[in-house]
Amino acid sequence: MEEQLEKELRFHLNEHADELIAHGSAPDVAQRNARLALGGPEQVKEKCRDARGTRWIEDFFQDFRHALRTLRQRPGFAVVAILTLALGSGATTVMFTVINGVLLKPLAYPEADRLVTLHGKTEKYGEQWGFSYPEFHDYQSASRTLGSVAAWTYGGGTVTKPGEAEYVFGRLISSGLFSVLGIPPVEGRAFLPQEDQLGAAPVAVISYSLWQHRFGGSKETIGQHLILEGKSYTVVGIAPAGFRVDGEADIYTPLGQSTDPRMQDRAAFFIHVLGRLQPNVTLAQAQTELSVIARRLAMQYPEDNQGRGMVAHPLSQEVVGDVRPTLLLLLGAVSLVLLIACVNVASLLLARAVSRERELAMRVALGAGRGRLVRQCLTESSVLGISGGALGIVLALVGIHPFVSLWPGTLPRAEDVQLDWRVLFFALSVSLLSSLLFGLAPALRAPARNLEHGLRGAGRSLGGSTRRLHSVFVMAEVALAVVLLVSAGILGRTMLRLSSLDPGFNTQNVLAAHVALSPAVLENPAKARAAWEDVLERARRLPGVQSVALADVVPMRVGEDSVGYWATPVPPAPDQIPLALISIVTPDYLNVMGIRLRQGRFLNEQDRIGHEIVVVIDDNLAQHAFAGSDPVGKSLWIQGMPSNPVRIVGMVGHVRHWGLAGDDQSRVRDQIYYSFHQLPDPLVHFLSSVMSITVRTSVTPLSVAEPLRRELRGPGGDQTLYDVQTMDDLARASIDRQRFLLWLFGIFAGLALLLACIGIYGVLTYLTNQRVPEIGLRMALGASARDVMQLVLGHGFGMILIGIAVGILGALAAGRLLEHLIDGTRATDPSTFAIMIPILLAAAFFASFIPARRASRIDPMSALRQE
Amino acid sequence: MVAPKTDLPQGTLDLLILKVVALSPVHGYAIAQRLEQVSRGVVQVPEGSLYPALHRLENRNLLAADWKETATGREAKFYRLTRKGQKQLETEAASWQRLIDAIALILGMANGGAR
Repeated sequence: MEEQLEKELRFHLNEHADELIAHGSAPDVAQRNARLALGGPEQVKEKCRDARGTRWIEDFFQDFRHALRTLRQRPGFAVVAILTLALGSGATTVMFTVINGVLLKPLAYPEADRLVTLHGKTEKYGEQWGFSYPEFHDYQSASRTLGSVAAWTYGGGTVTKPGEAEYVFGRLISSGLFSVLGIPPVEGRAFLPQEDQLGAAPVAVISYSLWQHRFGGSKETIGQHLILEGKSYTVVGIAPAGFRVDGEADIYTPLGQSTDPRMQDRAAFFIHVLGRLQPNVTLAQAQTELSVIARRLAMQYPEDNQGRGMVAHPLSQEVVGDVRPTLLLLLGAVSLVLLIACVNVASLLLARAVSRERELAMRVALGAGRGRLVRQCLTESSVLGISGGALGIVLALVGIHPFVSLWPGTLPRAEDVQLDWRVLFFALSVSLLSSLLFGLAPALRAPARNLEHGLRGAGRSLGGSTRRLHSVFVMAEVALAVVLLVSAGILGRTMLRLSSLDPGFNTQNVLAAHVALSPAVLENPAKARAAWEDVLERARRLPGVQSVALADVVPMRVGEDSVGYWATPVPPAPDQIPLALISIVTPDYLNVMGIRLRQGRFLNEQDRIGHEIVVVIDDNLAQHAFAGSDPVGKSLWIQGMPSNPVRIVGMVGHVRHWGLAGDDQSRVRDQIYYSFHQLPDPLVHFLSSVMSITVRTSVTPLSVAEPLRRELRGPGGDQTLYDVQTMDDLARASIDRQRFLLWLFGIFAGLALLLACIGIYGVLTYLTNQRVPEIGLRMALGASARDVMQLVLGHGFGMILIGIAVGILGALAAGRLLEHLIDGTRATDPSTFAIMIPILLAAAFFASFIPARRASRIDPMSALRQE
Repeated sequence: MVAPKTDLPQGTLDLLILKVVALSPVHGYAIAQRLEQVSRGVVQVPEGSLYPALHRLENRNLLAADWKETATGREAKFYRLTRKGQKQLETEAASWQRLIDAIALILGMANGGAR
């Protein structure tokens, strides 16, 4: 193309010259005049290329090569810029990868957007309710907007055959569950409706992993038998690998076969329900229908359903739970880091653009258009941006797994967190966008006017606009760093406050574990009671064990049992009944946990069946129900308990059941302790499958875990321990989220501080260098080294203080956000500002000190000679 | 005495080039000369903008080009009109004609009014 263009113009010039010669011109004059008439072959060529429109591609490669060349010339600059950007975009990419996997990707079910979960809702306690089993059937038969509905609840038990005795987690599911989710078993079949009924033959679907390790993945597994809780089940299906119903479980059995007494109870809301919307039905339509059914049920069963509504949410929301705000918060924080990185690179580039003013002016003089120069500068910044982005993707690849594994608890959908095209697209857009962001300001400075000034001045003196732009960059960096530092400070203080909170019991040296009794004794309450006595007795004899107790729920561990209560003979309206957490414990629980007794006595060994039923309450309940008067000796009515009222014999201090951070915000905080020995037989049967043992030790609690496991294997060798945890770990885990965020924000704030310091240092060094002649002149006129230092520091501090002022406003907003999103945070705490801002000032002072000192050592004579 | 030359109105260069090329395939220098002759030296065609215009028209597929030898034995790039170029020439010429008629009408009206 280029050659042809050249040839075409040469032909024109030759023809023209020939003609002029023919008219009598001398050959050299003719050549010259022909050129003049054409108007400069290079300009014409330039315009022809423009006219062809292929220009930008050629330009791009040219600019690209030029950019690589200039970057190679200044490797230090390139490395700092690329690393800065890589950190920023790497952190952002990690966050986006997680958000993509957890929040954006659809769940791995066919047409997952039509799956919904249903919850009961009351005005007083919100949406934390399940369904009762009869209620599930009511909705199943009444709903038209939901194509199919399925129910499940937690199950599990000891599997004794085939293989070793082992406790496995299970789910009791209605026959429609697999088809509602749209995921068929990989082998065999799901349950039939006729199997989902009392008295049907016991059948089970087992998990892929149980199939692999107990049946060796054999095809003949279907139709074989499995002993769960002493009962033989026929395996009819194998669930796909990774199949989850609120976490993975190993065994699925038909819910309808359950003999749990709660199955008939309209007030036992222990069933979880999910459904699939009919095609073309919106969530809002389903919601309306649910409300209609709820009102009808409230009229039909006023006792249990009064004031009870129903709400539907997308299943994805339920699966993801409450991580959305945390993730978005972190994305916000990393975006700030990225922004600081961009500003930093922008100020570096700007400094370079100013010192390259002469080069750019030269280009303009040689005929480069302004647009062309801007494009060249942007190409250069895109090269930086994309290299930084590519390195950032590598960092993200490395960083994503530590991030997911350090996530407090387990990150929902962690298996979906992977780098995919969406992430790559995001990373690429982020780096291109940021290169536009940091490249634009320097690029727009490309000279268009004052060419002569540019050529002569050679970037020695600075225009006011450049200096202002530099100051704005420093201010922006400082302001962003303040936001991150103060947020980290707020989280740090929150952690300090939370970890110094009194949990209400002594977390040290306590071990808690679920005990699955031998299935042989579970069916018979008397045998179960005896087995529990045996468990306590054996555990107590172990060396290192001080005291032992049973409890159905353990503070700060997942799981709770709440009941309605009232303190007057006439119960309040059903939706007004206050709730309390009830703990079914044995008398030594007070000693094991180290709970403080405030009044009266705790439960004791004399509180047994046949004696008066007694309870112990916590000071919260006493405050609510008895408004400060002595509760000991008063009566209490507990919903669903067979013998009401019961007598209060003591009051203990409140235990932070919901964790150190969460307890203050939780809705159900009143507590009741009820003796395991006073449970009626049906409840013994039911609770025996959920009881835990709690042990106070005189040695490291985990060291008694193995002896305990061995000692408690029971006469049949089929009694198992699971969920073995120390109370210290549970307490620590309850503020894991805050600790995790503190760490991340600490890292982000540290990065921000570092980048801001590099930025301040770079800008001041640069500005000072530009002012060397001026400073030399000042010194020649009698300014002392001190004066010069003051001049430079004063300039630096002006920018920094404005940045801090802006940053404080941002930090106040960020604090409000944190307070809103993270339990236990108190944002409006001036001391945080008082600690964090001096840190920033000190760092900023240090960063500006070096250039200031250098300026003060300028030799006036040589400085002036440079001019 | 040479008559003062008028600048070419915006957008007419393309039209003139198309018209010249429509007669027969022709190279750039000849186009410049032809334009100069045809407009009898009244219209100044800056030679510098001729070639960008040719390349623009070629790029828009209104012109096509082949390399051929000239009578003087030099190789030159000969432009010819494409079918699309032919259409473009017709519509543009027609619209110019309408414009010229309209302007003539307005100018004639002004004269008539004064009479």
